[in-house]
Order: sequence, then structure tokens, then C-alpha cells
Amino acid sequence: MTVKLQVKNLTKIFGKRVVRAKELLKQGKSKAEILKETGATIGVDRANFEVESGEIFVIMGLSGSGKSTLVRMINRLIEPTDGSVLIDGEDLMQIDKKALRDVRRKKMSMVFQNFGLFPNRTILDNTAYGLEIQGIDKVTRNQKANEALDLVGLNGYGDQYPTQLSGGMQQRVGLARALANDAEILLMDEAFSALDPLNRSDMQDQLLDLQETMHKTIIFISHDLNEALKIGDHIMIMKDGEIVQTGTPEDILTHPADEYVEKFIENVDRSKVYTAGNVMIRPTTVNIEKDGPRLALKRMRENEVSTVYVVNNKRELVGIIDARDVLELVRQESRDLQSVVNEDVPTTTEETPIADILDDISQTGIPFAVLNDKQQLRGIIIRGAVLGALAGNEVNHFA
Amino acid sequence: MLNLMTIAKIPIADWMDHFVDWLTQFTGFFNGLTSFIGGIINGFQWVFDLIPIWLFIIIVAGITYLANRDTKKWGLIIFEVLGLLLIWNLDFWRDMTQTLTLVLTSSLISLIIGVPLGIWMAKSDIAQAIFKPILDFMQTMPAFVYLIPAVAFFGIGMVPGVFASVIFAMPPTVRMTNLGIRQVPTELIEAADSYGSTEWQKLIKVQLPLAKSTLMAGINQSMMLALSMVVIASMIGAMGLGTRVYFAVGRNDAGGGFAAGLAIVILAIIIDRLTQALNRQRKH
Ligand SMILES: Nc1ncnc2c1ncn2[C@@H]1O[C@H](COP(=O)(O)OP(=O)(O)O)[C@@H](O)[C@H]1O
Ligand SMILES: [Mg+2]
Repeated sequence: MTVKLQVKNLTKIFGKRVVRAKELLKQGKSKAEILKETGATIGVDRANFEVESGEIFVIMGLSGSGKSTLVRMINRLIEPTDGSVLIDGEDLMQIDKKALRDVRRKKMSMVFQNFGLFPNRTILDNTAYGLEIQGIDKVTRNQKANEALDLVGLNGYGDQYPTQLSGGMQQRVGLARALANDAEILLMDEAFSALDPLNRSDMQDQLLDLQETMHKTIIFISHDLNEALKIGDHIMIMKDGEIVQTGTPEDILTHPADEYVEKFIENVDRSKVYTAGNVMIRPTTVNIEKDGPRLALKRMRENEVSTVYVVNNKRELVGIIDARDVLELVRQESRDLQSVVNEDVPTTTEETPIADILDDISQTGIPFAVLNDKQQLRGIIIRGAVLGALAGNEVNHFA
Repeated sequence: MLNLMTIAKIPIADWMDHFVDWLTQFTGFFNGLTSFIGGIINGFQWVFDLIPIWLFIIIVAGITYLANRDTKKWGLIIFEVLGLLLIWNLDFWRDMTQTLTLVLTSSLISLIIGVPLGIWMAKSDIAQAIFKPILDFMQTMPAFVYLIPAVAFFGIGMVPGVFASVIFAMPPTVRMTNLGIRQVPTELIEAADSYGSTEWQKLIKVQLPLAKSTLMAGINQSMMLALSMVVIASMIGAMGLGTRVYFAVGRNDAGGGFAAGLAIVILAIIIDRLTQALNRQRKH
């Protein structure tokens, strides 16, 4: 992974007595104290982070924590008080107005909370705006704009005006406008926050779908942790202009840095976050190609279970067998385990969110076998472990 | 108590006199300005003299019809036709076109100066802080006062009338241009900026189109103010319906004064409704 965007010491102080405020900041005074003493507001306090090429980097925090200010300093819609922003190693703070315009035209596109569509322009002309101001001829830019509208599923809406579209559709136009420019970096400031829950969820799915093929570097602002966990490769949490924690969704969930982050994750819908891999447990197994009924019975007794999972030499799943059937075999002095294997076992993959299998598990109580893509048995999911994970118990972690 | 009149009078009047005297040295400049404004006036007047009256009436009705295509304001069209016929019948036609020329010329110049000024105010807080009080001053100062420098610079006739009207009528155009641009939502400005628009592109493609209806409302107000100046302007020789009113006052001719006044009202209503309808048309 290469680093696309590097933010160093980025600071924004709003107000008049900036120099004094900066001093106080260095002395470790809080945002509230500095406001009281100087009247200056700390928008963002010395932010440092890196964004990898092709990832979705989510910035989270309560309202007023400095997310919008931070993302606007990345394209210098807000001029930073201090610090630097490096894109592919080039410092954005060192370039002149014209070069900055070029960066905005070619490298970064922005999507806005309230869509930011021009009401006097058609959907097509809105989508083509970024290309139009670069002086690209009408035929070419309309073709690119139409392709972008196709991508977001708005084929045929080009002649309409923004007010004729629903909120969800308007934001698709906002996204299309950003895509038409073919910029490598997308800045999305609470892009889905103004949408109702269903639309929001649709847009998240669509963004993830698009991202599979586009591999843009996306800075996504959100105040909704469920959204952040769903789409973020990394999540950065801000409070009062400061960065509190940066990590993968798992890091954040399992090792919250402080109470502020803990408060955030209290209300998370974990079923969407945890995968089968996170909650599976080690199964009791027998190898059909070398083990017999007596060993199977012994393992069941040792582990106090009434079923064992049957695998072959390659650890591929064959099925399950029940203690009663094994007991019967032993009594009959038979070694034919194969005859009692039940091959009808529900299976899933490690990456499946538990939300998808939750209903089946809680209704039937039958454990799921978790297989990798080589059909090898990796673990099983039992009801108790799922419920425990949802209640906030420790789960499995993989590097 | 101190009697302020016992101390020496502050010579504001003298200062202003000196300033106006000083300005009148620039005869070359004012002569140039006179021929420029005179050119516009003659242009309008030439067109109005050329168009037959019946055709003029049809054009006005036609524009009204086209501008109100969706609402079909037949009442307004009938009013316009009858009103213009009345003006013709009262033998005020030439006066009416002269007044119209005065109004259109003043509005055009207000537009040419006022819109860029309004844009400047919208883009610069300092410019706004400087021009706002000046605009207030221009609009509240009794309009008669402008006649004096107007005569000093331009003599007698239509041109000084236009000059005085412009000073009095321009503020709404400036103000509304400024307001219209400043009212454009921040997010749209950010959108324009974030895609790398130049200042000029932002102005032409986003700010002015979105300020258009506010700006048009300003122009409408400016035209009404210019029309309200016609009687005053007639005192320094700007010909038109205002002259008829002015003469009627001099001759104590209430009937004649009322008739000319009525013609001004008819003209005012037509101009007002037409510019409003054009404004509605442009909105989306
Ligand atoms: N233009 C501004 N002038 C003064 N203070 C501002 C300005 N913009 C933002 N702020 C302040 O900076 C802080 C961060 O705001 P913002 O970045 O909008 O937060 P968020 O997007 O996380 O809600 C807030 O305290 C806000 O009041
Ligand atoms: Mg915000």
C-alpha cells in the first residue's frame, strides 16, 4: 500500500488572536480555555494522519469536532493556520493559486452534505461542471458526464433540474459530478447524512460497489459510527478539534482509546460489523480417513459436546455425526463412520457479517460451519458465541 | 446653554461649491460624457420615433403575452393597450416616449455602473463597508439637490436629467446585486471553488445566474425611481411627461397636470409589470 495523502500538524484557528491562541495550544490548554482567554476557536488542533491509496478513510466525531474544517483544509477551501498536506508527496501549502486550481480540477473532487448542486443547471450540466471549467469541449464532457450518471444509476435524468429529484437522487448526481472529473481523491463531507436511513444504506452499498472497481482514495466524513464501520478501511475519531484515535474498525471496537470513543461504540449495531470469522469457535473434529468411532466418542466426552465435525485429510468438511449414532456403531463393533455422517450442514464463510446468519442461528439453534474458499473447516458458530459478541464480549481477531 | 449659532458657521456649502467648481475644470471629460449619454438618448428616441404608434402598442402587448405565457394575464394586456391608446388620444405620445427614453437611459447607465459595483461589494467586505453609507446617502439626499451639479456639469437638457436620475436611481441596482451574490448558499460557492473554478468562472456560471432574480428586482426598483425623477428632471429641461406636469403646475392647470400625471402612472405600471414578468420568466 502506498500513502496517497499525508497530513502533518494541520491546524486551524478561527478568530483574531491567532498567534496567542497558538501559543496556548502549545502549552496544552483546552479548546474551551483558549476560547475564553482569546476569543479564538480551535477548529482543528495539530492533526497528523496518513491515508493509503485506494482506501476509504472515515473521519468521525460529534458535531463541532472539526471534521468539516479538516476536510476543507485538504483542498484549501479553508486556509490552514499551520501544518501541511501532502498529496503523492507534494506539499499543497507551497503551491500558488493556479497550481492549487489544477490540483482541485484534476486530483480531488468534493461531495457535499446538502449536495451542492447548482439549481440553475440541468443534471447533465451539473455533472459536467468540473469538466466544463477545465475548458473541455461540450461533446466530450457530456459523454463523460453521461457515463458518470450511468455509474450511479441515473441514466436518462440528464435533462431534469435538481429540484425535480429526490434527495437520494440528488446526492447521486453529487457523486456523479465527482466521478466525472476522474479525480483520484474524493472528499465526502457527511455526504449521506441528509438522507433517510434506507436511502443512506443504499448509497453506502453503492459507494462500496463502485469502490470495488474504482479504487479511489476516499476521505469520508460521518457522525454515524455504523456508517463508518460499514464503509471505512480506517476510522479516525475527533473530539474538540483533536484526533482521539485512528485505526481499523476492529481496533476502534475492541480497543477504544478512551471514554469518548467508548460512548460512540456503545450504540453500534455489532451484527453488521462482526463477521462469522470474529465469532466462530474451534470445532471438535474427527478425520474420516483415519479416526474411528471410539476416538470420536472420546473427543465428544472430553469436550462435552454431542456432535463432532467430520473432515478429510485435507481438512475439507464432510459432515457431522451425532453421539447417539456413534454409540450405536461402537456397540455394533462397526468402524464405518461414513455410514452415520450427516452431510446436511449449514455453512458460511469467514467474511459473512453475522447479521446475515443471525436469524437462522437464533431460530434453529443449529451451528454453522465456517469454511474458507478451499472448503476447509475453519470453525463453527454457535448461538451463545454470537449473542455474547453482540452483547460486547471479546471476539476473535486476525491480523 | 451654548448657542451654536454664535460660533462661526461650518462652511459645508462653501466646500461643496469649491468641489463642484474644481470638478467643472474637467470640461473635456464632461463633454465626452455628455456626448456618450446624449448618444444613448438619441438612439432610444430615434427608435421610438421610428416605430408607428400602433406597432409600439402591439409590441408591448406581445412582449407581455410572451412573458406571461403560463399565466395568461389578459387583464394586464387589455390595460396596457387601453392605457397606451389613452396616452395617444391625449396627445402625450411624444412626451411619453421622451420620458421612456429618460428612464431607459438612466436605467441602462445604472446597470452599467451599478452591477460591477455591486459585484465588487459582494466580493470585498471593505468595498461593502465603504459603499453602503454612500449609497444610503445618494438615495436619501433630496433629489432636487442633484440638479445643481447636474446643470453645472452638463448645462440644460436631457443629459443632466439623466445624470441626476442615475445618481438617485442607481442604489437599488448596486444593493440588490450585492445582496443577490451574497445570498448564494455557501455550499454552492464551495462546490464551485472545490472543482477549481476561477473567480470569473464562479461569477459567470454560479453567482450571477443565482443572483439574477434579486438583481432584476433591483433593476425594477431603479427604473421606478428613475421614473419618479421625471418631473424633477423636467425643471432642468429634460423633456417629456414631466415637463407637462411642471408646466401645468406653473399655469395652475389642475386638469392638465392630472392628465399628464395619469400618463406617468400608466407608463409606470407597464414598466413595472413587464420587468417583473421578465424576471419570473428567467427563474427556474
Ligand atoms: N468560519 C468559522 N468561523 C469561526 N468558527 C468556525 C468556523 N467554521 C467552523 N468553526 C468552528 O470550528 C469548530 C469545528 O467546526 P466544524 O469543522 O464545522 O465541525 P464538524 O464538521 O465536525 O461539525 C466548531 O467549534 C465551529 O464552531
Ligand atoms: Mg461538518
